Amino acid sequence: MAQPTLAVWKFASCDGCQLTLLDCEDELLTIAAEVEIATFAEASSAMVGGPYDVSLVEGSITTSHDEQRIREIREQSKILVAIGACATAGGIQALRNFADVAEFASVVYAKPEYIDTLAMSTPASAHVTVDYELRGCPIDRGQLLDTLAALLIGRKPRLPAATVCTECKRSGVTCIAVAEGIPCLGPVTHAGCGALCPKHHRGCYGCFGPAATPNMTALIPLLRRDGLSEGAVDRVFTTFNATQFAAERGTP
Amino acid sequence: MTDFPNGTRTLSVGTLTRVEGEGALHVTLSNGALDSVELNIYEPPRFFEAFLRGRSYTEPPDLTSRVCGICPVAYIVSASNAIEDACGVTLDPALVELRRLLYCGEWIHSHTLHIYLLHAPDFLGYPDGISMVRDQREAVERGLALKKAGNRLMEFLGGRAIHPVNVRLGGFYSVPTRRDMDALAEELRRALDDALATVQWVSTFDFPDVEVDHELLALTQPHRYPIENGMIARSRGPVFGVSEFCDHVTESQVPHSTALHATLDGRRHLTGPLARYSLNSPLLSPIAREAAIAVGLGAECRNPFRSIVVRAVEVVYALEEALRIIDGYERPSRPFVDVPARAGVGHGVSEAPRGLLYHRYEIGDDGLVKSATIIPPTSQNQGAIECDLADLVTGHLDLDDDELTTLCEKLIRSYDPCISCSAHFLDLTVTRK
Repeated sequence: MAQPTLAVWKFASCDGCQLTLLDCEDELLTIAAEVEIATFAEASSAMVGGPYDVSLVEGSITTSHDEQRIREIREQSKILVAIGACATAGGIQALRNFADVAEFASVVYAKPEYIDTLAMSTPASAHVTVDYELRGCPIDRGQLLDTLAALLIGRKPRLPAATVCTECKRSGVTCIAVAEGIPCLGPVTHAGCGALCPKHHRGCYGCFGPAATPNMTALIPLLRRDGLSEGAVDRVFTTFNATQFAAERGTP
Repeated sequence: MTDFPNGTRTLSVGTLTRVEGEGALHVTLSNGALDSVELNIYEPPRFFEAFLRGRSYTEPPDLTSRVCGICPVAYIVSASNAIEDACGVTLDPALVELRRLLYCGEWIHSHTLHIYLLHAPDFLGYPDGISMVRDQREAVERGLALKKAGNRLMEFLGGRAIHPVNVRLGGFYSVPTRRDMDALAEELRRALDDALATVQWVSTFDFPDVEVDHELLALTQPHRYPIENGMIARSRGPVFGVSEFCDHVTESQVPHSTALHATLDGRRHLTGPLARYSLNSPLLSPIAREAAIAVGLGAECRNPFRSIVVRAVEVVYALEEALRIIDGYERPSRPFVDVPARAGVGHGVSEAPRGLLYHRYEIGDDGLVKSATIIPPTSQNQGAIECDLADLVTGHLDLDDDELTTLCEKLIRSYDPCISCSAHFLDLTVTRK
């Protein structure tokens, strides 16, 4: 039987999520023995054409060329997995969606007319059918490994739709919001990180995006109670998953 | 070689591989002479400096770390240095040491990734690090173990290796106990043997004989090799302070790249491991210096292909330095220093694995960022890389297109360009007319 093929693709991003694959130091050689890594430009000069069994897509769509490229990748891929906040929500570069991109370009570039970019930064799912999404900025290594293993043996990946708050309780961490009044997005944030921030005495800052049914109206007054100003509440939801949190809050 | 009826030759590489980010190279030759070299970075712009305006002064470390998943600590530290400067806050020495320790983890992980998975395959004739396993399993396993030690250090102190969560203005959210540190030291001591073996291994590679004469730019710190802060040293002029950085280093835009090009007093310059080593090699720790001397590195190294050896020496240094910091560690009395907002301008620098990273922030009376400037190493090095490519092509016109293309790609990778880092923003085509 031929080895299954894996392709890794990059759009607008920081490279951190595809780096997560190379960060699986203990498992990388085992993975490479089980699958043919057909295309992975950051790691290899060898590029094998499609079709591919599994494509991992990192980054958001921000150019007209990339709009075309994501469709071609979809056509070539049996299973397409979007990895990380850029690919699942548009990423930090989607802050342009709430601003005038021409004005943004004029701030960074002396000659903005050289810059080819779209007004919106959008997730892969805005353009093509996405089979699975790994949340996070960056994704969790354990979730990536479990997803690859699942797809390899033909079961569905385990991507629980719980909240960071649930993960935190299960880990037995003392609640930093209740005990110390530290503003924390754990109750509305998608699980997957293992409650990293509360374990380090920091409130969750929402880098995995909103959970399936986040109770925003219950949490926001608590954030104010714990000292966040109105502006700070807006800002804390306006980072790596800004578009998704805005949709949950009903703000444009 | 592709011959065209009118005497034009075209070489083409669609996507530069084993670099972080997206780019291309266009080389034009007419009648056997070089016309132009353009390093074309097409990484789409992400507009960090624009969206930072109006954010709280506490946010740039977390937000700018997302410029680069390979060197997030560099962004966190340069941003923190700049904002702490603006707010007039000085960190407790113990917290500076912890910041340096976290940064050592990033040097170990990032350099080892580049040495084993991105750069060594060029010297050994493989498409990637993973396929080297067939013939060089021991080396690849050693590289992965060494890389893991760096990541382990970052996870231990930063909470996670990519985009650490346990860092903030003024220090950390929580600091480890002395006992936790001891367990980490055991792992790093084992990694030191792997790091020394790495220096030996890369020194046996075959290096093209190239010397570059660019002005070198790197940080300098009293009595130690620069990492987390410092003054700015150059090879042809006096040391200057961080606040004068923009008086000397200026960015301009070229049509063929989404990355801005920076120059030093109007001329091209080089930052990164070669510059850092050449300006600071006497300050290496004893074992790192001994390792450098043992493989024939002088006080200065100006051969970009040999930068892999310099990176390996810096990994040894980062491990020794990490062990030194852990050895002297006493848990700080507080995990961070308060950094109250203050209107003003602040400048911050640090030595990212790929070179000097500068941040500047202007903070308003309301504690919000009024303006932000980020000058990453890759935008500073673009001019030097293009110049070195021109010299390399001119010296090897007898090679056929495939060989010439491969040689150019090797040179580009020796700079470890981090294209996603070029915050503002490589494929290779050679046109022969």
